[in-house]
Amino acid sequence: MAGPNPHDFLDLSALLNDEERLLRDTVRRFATERISPGIGGWFERAEFPRALVPEIGALGLLGMHLQGYGCAGAGAVSYGLVCLELEAADSGFRSFVSVQGSLAMFPIRTYGSEEQKERWLPGMAAGEIVGCFGLTEPDFGSDPSRMRTSARREGSDWILNGAKSWITNGGIADVAVVWARTDDGVRGFLVPRGTSGFSTRDIHNKLSLRASVTSELIFDDCRLPAGAMLPGVSGLKGPLSCLSEARYGIIWGAMGAARACYECALEYSKTREQFDKPIAAFQMTQQKLVDMMIEIQKGTLLAIHLGRLKEAGRLSPQQVSFGKLNNVRHALSIAREARTILGANGITLEYPVIRHMNNLESVLTYEGTSEIHTLLLGQAITGHSAFQ
Amino acid sequence: MNIIVCVKHIPDPNLPGVMDGFRLKREGVQGVLDPGDEFGVEAGLRLKEELGGEVTLVSMGPAQAQEALRRGLSMGADKAVLISDDSLRGADALVTARVLAAAIKRGAFDLVIAGVESTDGYTGTMPATLAELLGVPQLTFTTAIEVSDGRLRVRRQSADGYQVVECSFPCVMTVTAGVNEPRYASFKGIMAAKKKPFEQLSTSELEVEPDALKPGQEVVEVSLVEQRKAGEVLPDDGQGAVRIATFLKEAKVI
Ligand SMILES: Cc1cc2nc3c(=O)[nH]c(=O)nc-3n(C[C@H](O)[C@H](O)[C@H](O)COP(=O)(O)OP(=O)(O)OC[C@H]3O[C@@H](n4cnc5c(N)ncnc54)[C@H](O)[C@@H]3O)c2cc1C
Repeated sequence: MAGPNPHDFLDLSALLNDEERLLRDTVRRFATERISPGIGGWFERAEFPRALVPEIGALGLLGMHLQGYGCAGAGAVSYGLVCLELEAADSGFRSFVSVQGSLAMFPIRTYGSEEQKERWLPGMAAGEIVGCFGLTEPDFGSDPSRMRTSARREGSDWILNGAKSWITNGGIADVAVVWARTDDGVRGFLVPRGTSGFSTRDIHNKLSLRASVTSELIFDDCRLPAGAMLPGVSGLKGPLSCLSEARYGIIWGAMGAARACYECALEYSKTREQFDKPIAAFQMTQQKLVDMMIEIQKGTLLAIHLGRLKEAGRLSPQQVSFGKLNNVRHALSIAREARTILGANGITLEYPVIRHMNNLESVLTYEGTSEIHTLLLGQAITGHSAFQ
Repeated sequence: MNIIVCVKHIPDPNLPGVMDGFRLKREGVQGVLDPGDEFGVEAGLRLKEELGGEVTLVSMGPAQAQEALRRGLSMGADKAVLISDDSLRGADALVTARVLAAAIKRGAFDLVIAGVESTDGYTGTMPATLAELLGVPQLTFTTAIEVSDGRLRVRRQSADGYQVVECSFPCVMTVTAGVNEPRYASFKGIMAAKKKPFEQLSTSELEVEPDALKPGQEVVEVSLVEQRKAGEVLPDDGQGAVRIATFLKEAKVI
């Protein structure tokens, strides 16, 4: 009798409903057919294939967890499965979808005026309009409360000054959601590409997330009309609520990258022979593969559990920190172990492993570093904040 | 235009097949919509988009086959009919054609689309039999489709090129894998599929004689395909190119 499936040992598929499975299979197939064949080259040439964005839009994956304005209103587990399958191809695509849906569309949907929602969301859902999210600055990453970018009133207009850095999609965005300090606390602004006083500069020398655009946004007396401000939120809870949405997707995505590394290492170990044996037959290789398989199953189970909590409206930001911290750090160590199984082949772009490994270094840092999530959890269980 | 697309749920061809006696085990194994049938669904959807009408999926298979129908519905088909009956276990291609014909005849149809052959059984005889039972013409091995002046005109793949053939509606058409590029189901399509009409029938609900459901064909032996042998090595003695050309000609590739 055949034992458990090496690719889904605990039969976690059984925890999904029919629509979720169908969605997962569809996105897996899209990723395998449309992303995987080109990804090695895009990564090597540091290029994001923007032409695929409308295809991802047509699948209904952009802002899929939002309601209305061209968005499908998907459940949290469905959204998570999409993140997982895309990141199994490359973290750059999951990053794209996270930024577009959770960091750019989510604040417009949640805090935007009717006019802003109608102007931007349908095109963003279709993948015709690309968005980005500017919170981090060159001098302020983990501590965005000190941000310098500011917006001051001039008549009914706003004048934006400052710079944002490390902004995913920045250079290709048609609209930037930018967080700036005002007399009235931190506020969000929608800045269309081409607004005078707004420019972007791509960051070129990355060795991680190369198939993803990362840029600086520069505001030099950038004048915006009153209607550019998001009316529904003030204070840091605006951007932080967006980050909590996006981090949730990473909990799933990281397991996608890990799965790709594990599957690659498993296949490789069965065909690569040394000392007249497949390397899969050596105890040390088996130890690595089993550890990977166990952590992927546990992490995926965690993701499904957190997704069901989110669907029930009971997921707290600290539980999201739990998931992000655990799943990303395990994914990174799985990628590194997988790399050792592939030996020298593991360092090339012929195989996905080192690409995932390098990507996951960014994933460990963005959306709250592993240290910051540790401190958030530490605070949650001890009652002491260790940030300052 | 009322378009019927015949689809089949088959054990995932990417996984090693599991045998149940002389038959492929179908229940409790991971199944998919036959990849060959996706071209049929896509062809049906494109004709509907061009000419209006409705695409109905028809399948015979175990209850699990509804997964395949659901996939077709999420690609955009309008409704689905599944004929599922314990008595159909082990049905051969002729019985399958009789059952599908009886199901199709319950309503009006203009066009029945099927794949050239299934990716599990490979008999390739079902669509032709179906056309006979329905009493309509058939256009087979289609690689390109066009409707003009109320007639169906297709390119028909042949050993050394293609033929252009046409016929009137209603008819049966089989499509090859090259005929189009099947679309991905969208998330909205997947959600919409849940609400589309889905009918499950047993054979007693069809006009077909019980005797006609007994398979006349019996599988008496099943054996594994021979392991692929190491290829022939031709050292190039200056005649290499000629020998390769001869080989390709024998294989009817050129
Ligand atoms: C590829 C990529 C894409 C990105 N995309 C975006 C984007 O789209 N939008 C956006 O706004 N930002 C984006 N970022 C920025 C990202 O969110 C920040 O890099 C992250 O918040 C960390 O900030 P920092 O890099 O300035 O590191 P720092 O905050 O300077 O941290 C450096 C180190 O110090 C540690 N540290 C800091 N404070 C503490 C403390 N109190 N206790 C213990 N340790 C501490 C950190 O954990 C880290 O290890 C992106 C980053 C990358 C790499």
